[in-house]
Amino acid sequence: MNIHIPTPLRAYTGGLETVSITGATVHAVFQQLTVTYPELKQHLFTPEGKLRSFVNVYLNDDDIRYLEAKEGTTVKGTDELTIIPSIAGGTSCCR
Amino acid sequence: MLRIEYADYEALRTHGEETYPNECCGVLLGKNIAGEANSAAATNHVRQIVRAGNTRTDSAHNRYNIAPQELVRIQRQARGLGLDIVGFYHSHPDHPAQWSQTDFAEAHWLGCSYIITSIEQGKAALTNSFLLSGTGEDDKKFVDQAIQIDIASTVADAAAHNQKGQE
Repeated sequence: MNIHIPTPLRAYTGGLETVSITGATVHAVFQQLTVTYPELKQHLFTPEGKLRSFVNVYLNDDDIRYLEAKEGTTVKGTDELTIIPSIAGGTSCCR
Repeated sequence: MLRIEYADYEALRTHGEETYPNECCGVLLGKNIAGEANSAAATNHVRQIVRAGNTRTDSAHNRYNIAPQELVRIQRQARGLGLDIVGFYHSHPDHPAQWSQTDFAEAHWLGCSYIITSIEQGKAALTNSFLLSGTGEDDKKFVDQAIQIDIASTVADAAAHNQKGQE
């Protein structure tokens, strides 16, 4: 399946915007992704192996956090995963 | 450096005026050129800006958030255009055009530009750009980034339009 890499993480995929990785589940695909591109691991996962809170992962148009099986969701070769860090901020002062 | 067409520059400032007293936000599509992506020597060349919705309706006057689903759609749009997400913009209503601790804590797109426009009493004032530099969450930092506003093609387009109008 194709995995779309956000701009900041392409430094760790040889500049590739899209990489092709095989696996039966989202978890398996991520395992293989971090074997193929080991430098990605620390940017995607905490030392405890949890997906970092600001990293969103979409299976096609669905946030994997809201899928019933989450990272255990089975995938097809035609599915697409998109990794997208969050974007937020603001003055956040006490007005 | 950040390079942007005058029309896009004005459009993102106008966006901030339109959403005042709330914060606006959007995405910068373009290309990173010349130099390492995360270095100060790199240039993020903006080719298109995309307005985004602010999902922080609970506190829109001092917070912004772009829905990940919308980001996925915008990244798909960029891919179709042969462009990349090279940065973001948002406004600070009645607040300086400087990054806040919230901006910094919530910034994760290393190598990307973060444009902030201060909107004073509904009018766009100063616009600054900051490059999120570093290699990860542990050493990231905002670096002041020069903005180069390209007016040549805009002026040329206007001149051609005026000339056509006179014919």
